[in-house]
Amino acid sequence: MASGAQTGEPEAKRPEPELKLVTAAYEHPWAIRFTHWLNAAAVFVLAASGLRIFSAFPCFGSKVPERDLLNIPKALTLGGWLGGALQWHFTFMWLFAGSGLLYIAYQLISGHYKTVLFLPRDVKGVWPMTRHYFLFGPKPAMTEQYNALQKLAYTATVLFGVAALLTGIVLYKPVQFSWLAWPMGGYRLARVWHFAAMCGFLAFIPGHLIMVVLHGWSNFASMLTGWKRDPEYLPRRSSE
Amino acid sequence: MASIEEKKLKHLNRRELLKLAPLVAVGAFAVTRWQDPLLGRGVRLSDWASGLLFRRHHRAKTFSDADVAPFEKFPYNGYDDLDPGVDLENWTLTVAGNVRHPGEYTLAQIQALPKIRQNTRHVCVEGWDAIGSFGGARISDFLTLVGADTGSRFVTVECADDYYESLDMATALHAQSLLCYEMYGKPLDRGHGAPLRLSLPTKLGYKSAKYLTKLSVSNVLGAERGYWEDQGYSWYAGL
Repeated sequence: MASGAQTGEPEAKRPEPELKLVTAAYEHPWAIRFTHWLNAAAVFVLAASGLRIFSAFPCFGSKVPERDLLNIPKALTLGGWLGGALQWHFTFMWLFAGSGLLYIAYQLISGHYKTVLFLPRDVKGVWPMTRHYFLFGPKPAMTEQYNALQKLAYTATVLFGVAALLTGIVLYKPVQFSWLAWPMGGYRLARVWHFAAMCGFLAFIPGHLIMVVLHGWSNFASMLTGWKRDPEYLPRRSSE
Repeated sequence: MASIEEKKLKHLNRRELLKLAPLVAVGAFAVTRWQDPLLGRGVRLSDWASGLLFRRHHRAKTFSDADVAPFEKFPYNGYDDLDPGVDLENWTLTVAGNVRHPGEYTLAQIQALPKIRQNTRHVCVEGWDAIGSFGGARISDFLTLVGADTGSRFVTVECADDYYESLDMATALHAQSLLCYEMYGKPLDRGHGAPLRLSLPTKLGYKSAKYLTKLSVSNVLGAERGYWEDQGYSWYAGL
């Protein structure tokens, strides 16, 4: 679409007749793209297998008497039975932890975290953006790569991920990590927090997917190739 | 970074997309016939890491009597039969394998060893837990009694209800690992595995086999590693 190519005089010979300039920006470095997709796969597997594991004892109290809280449809679960679900969980927990640690390490070392980390100064930007998204309010001026609501969502999701990992470690090794169980209020509450962390993480996904659809192909493709064509924050070449 | 030749951009796009190729490996999990071997590797990796995390002298938390679940609220949770019909009068524990004194051991011989009483948390793989009161002899004391080679790798047990289990030696030697003949200060009842069961506060509940009939010390595990393990549960199952 955006084109710098000449179409007029045939005698204006150009060395590269197909030379076409477009506007593009390299948005997502490899580490972000790689960990994004690895994490997406891991979260899907961990949530589905986790729901199957939870189904073995869908209760947060004692075994006797057992008061079941939820009846999770089998179609939402992975693994078939408790043992199968645990195998998925114990395999993909490594990919989740690995992708998460790589992501956080990359953000910290590259300094890129400054663009996504939600800070107290971003609080004032949350309401105008929420009003714009959900209540048809005016669009606030874009001053940074990510708006306040995006920062809040990305930061909260990373925190939920960290919480899922830490509570998971306590459930997996409550004896070896008894010191970590203590601030969580003990083994049983750690199971509640683990479930809550999953809910928090999953809450991010519907909004995220809606935004991906609304922003279209070039935005989506940038998470695959890193490059975004015609980014909304740069003037289009065709209008120059 | 604003203006770029379209051809060059396409080239860069391809190159950058290819850099994500390692992710395709995750797709192997979607292939039915690769699933089991891959998940088996995942569980073995987790078991290996669990073994590294185990600390010989680190004890599971113990609780006061006030924290113990009432006897009737401690689940039986048998996998099958809550009374495999053990003849308690003539019961003996068969000891075999890498031991100097193999043979039959009576409950009295086990009860003659120093008695440990501990209130520990029993954690079930299903997700529930219950703090119970357990009494018995340390497995390590019994291994000394039978002259076991504690340099061997495994302790395996067989049960009257056809259940079977195996343990790493480090866990068997842990100070809280018991040959348990009492719960709540009373001899084990039939539902809890009379007359003898394992109580392993550093392992998931399915490792604490009930109705013991045989104990062996060995360096190799056969095809039968444990009743649930052979169906897909983690073998190490350490807490």
